[in-house]
Formats: sequence, structure tokens, C-alpha cells
Amino acid sequence: MGFFERMRGRRRDSPSGKVAKERLRLVLAHDRASVSPALLNTLKDEIIAVISRHIAIDVESVEVAFSQSGRESRLVADIPLLTRRGRRKK
Amino acid sequence: MAARVITVTSGKGGVGKTTLVANLGVALAMQRQRVVVIDADVGLRNLDMMLGLENRIVYDLVDVIEARCRLRQALVRDKRLSELFLLPAAQTRDKSAVQPDDMVRVCESLREQHDFVLIDSPAGIEQGFRYAIAPADEILVVTNPEVAAVRDADRVVGLIEAEEKNSAQLIINRVNPDMVRRGEMLDIADVVELLAVNLVGIVPEDRNLLVAANRGRPLAFSGDGALVSRAFHNIARRLRGEDVPFMALREPGMLERLARFVHFWRD
Repeated sequence: MGFFERMRGRRRDSPSGKVAKERLRLVLAHDRASVSPALLNTLKDEIIAVISRHIAIDVESVEVAFSQSGRESRLVADIPLLTRRGRRKK
Repeated sequence: MAARVITVTSGKGGVGKTTLVANLGVALAMQRQRVVVIDADVGLRNLDMMLGLENRIVYDLVDVIEARCRLRQALVRDKRLSELFLLPAAQTRDKSAVQPDDMVRVCESLREQHDFVLIDSPAGIEQGFRYAIAPADEILVVTNPEVAAVRDADRVVGLIEAEEKNSAQLIINRVNPDMVRRGEMLDIADVVELLAVNLVGIVPEDRNLLVAANRGRPLAFSGDGALVSRAFHNIARRLRGEDVPFMALREPGMLERLARFVHFWRD
């Protein structure tokens, strides 16, 4: 690898240590809760179905994910509502 | 005072459990503690070789459990340190020969005459792990700054919590300071944050550990001489309740920096 390629390579990829940390963060959250990514998707779909039956939500922007604090895991759903202003923006 | 029973476990194999137990045993004994190390890896006995005691074994853990000998007869005394004993694993049996209750009973009878009982757990989360943690007052989870080892350590920490044991404490082994500095290895803070357990030790990677294993003489015998040895002694002191700061993993010397610079331009 030449000098310039190396410089470019460095700038493009984040260091592998950081990549490892991010991958682990996700996989540990799933391991701890015994919830597969597929199950998480199912949960997300059903949450959307239940809530949109009653209020208008921005389906595309819904996010369901795990969050960690210490060894505690929680499921966090971020569900943007479709308000008039929100609709106008689109 | 009655001994504390401490189990060393990891989930993943090959992260350095046996090396750690051998060195901690030596370090504690050098600090004038009365120590028994138990090889709980029935069928895959190795702690005896790490300690250079493989030719002195007469009876083993399973002989004790099945009452073919008394506990005292199975303990191998390390001649270099009069207060260090090994209770070897059986080599020709498998893990089904030991039940959690057996380990509890063996450790109970060791408590009175010793200060520390260290148990070298088998890898995995099956029977061997179960009986190894059954008698533990405290559990040390060993990991490496590497994705597979961290993931497995997290599983083990979860299983220990489920057993309602005292929460596990963490030892990060095989840290390569050069790789950490280049961002190519998870650093200590990353691993502690991910696993969210209390840290009791950091051990740098060192080829001399292999040499020590070749000779059956744990590096901890060199006291404060080598960096790794000091790391083991520091862990031993922390286990005894001393407040020992974590040592700085070395800074590169001038020569090393120059060598790296030359390398950089050459290839």
C-alpha cells in the first residue's frame, strides 16, 4: 500500500476498534433480551399497527430499538406523530 | 479466618483463565496467603502443567469426590512456595463425574486451613461451568479485547446474575497497547462500558507467558520484575482489599517510534 492510498484509507474507514464496539453494543443488547433482530421487526410492525389504529403517526420514521444503561436493557420506541405542521413539511 | 472461594471463568476458551489462575495463585502465595488452586476442567487437565507440577500428581478431584482418597492426599504442594497447593483435575474422566454439590463440599473442607481457594473453570456454560461456580463467593470473568471473547463474557455475566451470586468482576487479559493506540483494538473503557461490570485487573499481552508455560514456572514468580508479573500481583493485592491503581500500559520508547516511522515510509 502506498503512502497516499494509506492516507485516504485512514480517512475513509473508522478504526476497527470503534467498529467492534458498535457491533458489540448492538449484539449484546439483543443477546441480553433474547430478542432477535427479526422479532424486533415484528414488534415494530405490531406497535405501528396498534397505534395507527387510534392516531396518525409517521410510519416511515418509527424507530424501535434497545437502549442500555449499565446492565439494564430497555426497549425504546420513538414514534413521531403526524401533526398538521409535520404533514406540511413533507 | 475462613478461605474465600473465587472462581475464574470466561465463557470462551483460550482467553487465559488457566494462566491467570496459576499466576494469581503464585502471587497470593508470595504475599504469604495460604492458597489452593483447583483445576475444575475434568478431562482436559492443564493447570498442573502451567505450575510445573504434572509429575507429582497421585490423586485428583474425582478421586476425592468418589472417596478413593482423603482431600489432603490429593493436594500437591508446590515446593517453591510452601503455602501453594494444587488440587488437580482427573484426566481420564469427563465433566459428568462432578456435581455442583461435590464442589461445594470439597471447598467447604478447604476453607478452614486456607485463605484463598481459586477455581479454574472449564470454558463453556454447561455442566463444568455450573459446578465450577457453585461454591464461589466471588467470580472473576476473564475476557480479551476482542468481539467473540466480550460477547461470551457478557453471556457468562448474565448467567451469574441469574444465579444470584455476587456480581462478577472483570479481568481484561491480552491487551496490546500498540494496537489500542492505533485504534485497532477495543480499549479498556470500551470493554468496561459494554459489559458494565466492575474491573479488577488489566493484563498486557506478553510472549513471555508462553515461555513461562513451556517451563512450568508462572511469570508471577518474578515479582515486580516484569510488567505482566506486576499486573498479576496487583490483582492479588486488589483481591485482598488493597486499593491499587491500574498501571499505565507502557509508552513507546524513542527507538520504537523511529522503527515505526521507518516502516511507514518503506512499505
